[in-house]
Amino acid sequence: MQWLNAIIQGLLLGGLYALLASGLSLMFGVMRIVNLAHGALAVGAAYIGYMLISATGVSPFLALIAVVPIMAALGFAGQWTIFNRALRVGGLAPLLAAFGLSVVITQLLQIKFGADARSLQVGDLAIASIKITDQVSVGVMPLITFIVGVVVILALQMFLSKAPLGRAMRAASDDPLTVSLMGIDNRRIYATATAIAFGTVGVAGMFLGMRGNFDPNYGQAMLIFAFEAVIIGGLGSLWGTLIGGMVLGVSQAVGAQVNPSYGILIGNIVFLIILAFRPTGLLPKAVDS
Amino acid sequence: MSSADVTPQVVHEPTKVRRATRASWIGLAVVAVIVLAAPLAPYILDKGVQGSLVSLFALIVMATMWNLLAGYGGMVSVGQQAYIGIGAYALWYLSDKVHLDPFMAVPLAVVIAGVLAYPISFLAFRLSGGYFAIGTWVIAVVIMLIVEQIPALGGGIGVTLTSLRDLDPSTRIAYVYWLSLGGAVLAVGATYWIMRSRTGLGFTAIRDDVVAAGSLGVRVTRSKRFVFVVSAMGCGLAGAMITANILRVQPDSVFSVNYSVFMIFIVVIGGLGTIEGPILGAIVFFGLQQWLSSWGPWYLVILGVIAVLITLFLPRGLWGLISGNGRIRLFPVGYRLMSSKDLLKL
Repeated sequence: MQWLNAIIQGLLLGGLYALLASGLSLMFGVMRIVNLAHGALAVGAAYIGYMLISATGVSPFLALIAVVPIMAALGFAGQWTIFNRALRVGGLAPLLAAFGLSVVITQLLQIKFGADARSLQVGDLAIASIKITDQVSVGVMPLITFIVGVVVILALQMFLSKAPLGRAMRAASDDPLTVSLMGIDNRRIYATATAIAFGTVGVAGMFLGMRGNFDPNYGQAMLIFAFEAVIIGGLGSLWGTLIGGMVLGVSQAVGAQVNPSYGILIGNIVFLIILAFRPTGLLPKAVDS
Repeated sequence: MSSADVTPQVVHEPTKVRRATRASWIGLAVVAVIVLAAPLAPYILDKGVQGSLVSLFALIVMATMWNLLAGYGGMVSVGQQAYIGIGAYALWYLSDKVHLDPFMAVPLAVVIAGVLAYPISFLAFRLSGGYFAIGTWVIAVVIMLIVEQIPALGGGIGVTLTSLRDLDPSTRIAYVYWLSLGGAVLAVGATYWIMRSRTGLGFTAIRDDVVAAGSLGVRVTRSKRFVFVVSAMGCGLAGAMITANILRVQPDSVFSVNYSVFMIFIVVIGGLGTIEGPILGAIVFFGLQQWLSSWGPWYLVILGVIAVLITLFLPRGLWGLISGNGRIRLFPVGYRLMSSKDLLKL
């Protein structure tokens, strides 16, 4: 029963990883930027929420409504000032700029908040759980996080396939030159895509803080887990990312059940095994340059 | 129809293809004087300064290796600390457990880093671009987590290098200084040699256009694997140098991603894709580190902001600024077409 519990916890944890990974996927899909600052930004969003909650005393769920637009605005501005320029410089510039940013953000958080772990208090929800059998129960917060992850991925998928702006983004990804000939400003499309990606980072960061503890260095692990979810699931497939996140979550939870210090190691090893034997991931998109 | 028939006769004066310019000869002479004078440091400078210089040499080795990987091979790694750690633990194991002479253990530690990097490359090469960067990072984390689980390697606490303790402190630091100086010269020299060779020409082609290079017969994957292994060996050397200097190996510090942060900032600040850039960058970085040390945690913020700004506004780094678009080269790896007027200046 412990094992079944671990698997359920892992599946739900996967929802958080997928939520984190969706923004990473979006930026890579549209601009071919691998945002190495992704994890640091998620933790940064959690700290923005923390500050809002400390200042106003609102609940984290209410703070979320403010954090998402703040992150989206930061994303738009960041793309406009930093990443668009890095894309023009070309070569390794976007990757190196993102890496520099991640160090700066992590370090600033360290200076402002210290190395202590924090969390966003959700009151009774933190310990609330739904009993399935006598031994198996599902935490309410992990369940909410999972559902939010699925909803965000569903919404992103719908947006990219149906909405005119989403179509423009896919077109800009396929052929930026032709898109600009059609009267679309790529820079604006890119900035909008990054704004959406940062918005999802805001959601992910807030739920990260509501589910458990975080500290400034947590961003490294978040980047790695999001990346592993993307690769396990298969590049370019958002549903794959959800499955990838769940595979990673289950691996970590089952590993931790074997020995508490094995959790992250087992998750990483499962990732490396999939990379070695199925490098296109579990649900690969048909083609990807 | 031969090409001579269609080539318009524009070039009247005799031209010649040269690698070195007068500036590079002068520069090389200055470098040679510094390198020849450097071994005298232990007779002049105190132990603390020698220890700092060992750190500087380690930075030069790491940055040169990272540049070989990224600047020439186009592979951005955030996981080179894996090989720093492997080099550190290998030195400790070979000298403290196998009881080899510590200074003989260093080259073996370098070989071990290379031997482990070879199979790892097959895994890492499944990814490319930014995902390669995170993939190498994951591999470094996995190696650290595994080392922490092995009690024979000191687990999470780490180990202390005891085999150098018998030496009197000033003798020890002098030996470590010479070892590190030799290591830095070797790393830069090997990079220079590789980049002037046929393989190096292939790399320049890969850096500029992978597909075109491949279609012209450059063995892209093999070349990249070669450079990945060499770079790991260099980082293993840096790890051994650091360990011989501080005598302590701790998994979370020797496998710290901060080493990658340093390498990347140094190369970005100095100039990506040149041999001079990482050396200049390491010296500037080292200076900033000392100068900003009173700023405490702010120093990494300042360095990070500088690195981002240089990436965006000065992508060729400080060396690009000094070399004036590549006219001055201390280590010429390319060829230049020179008119007779230029030749007179040589």
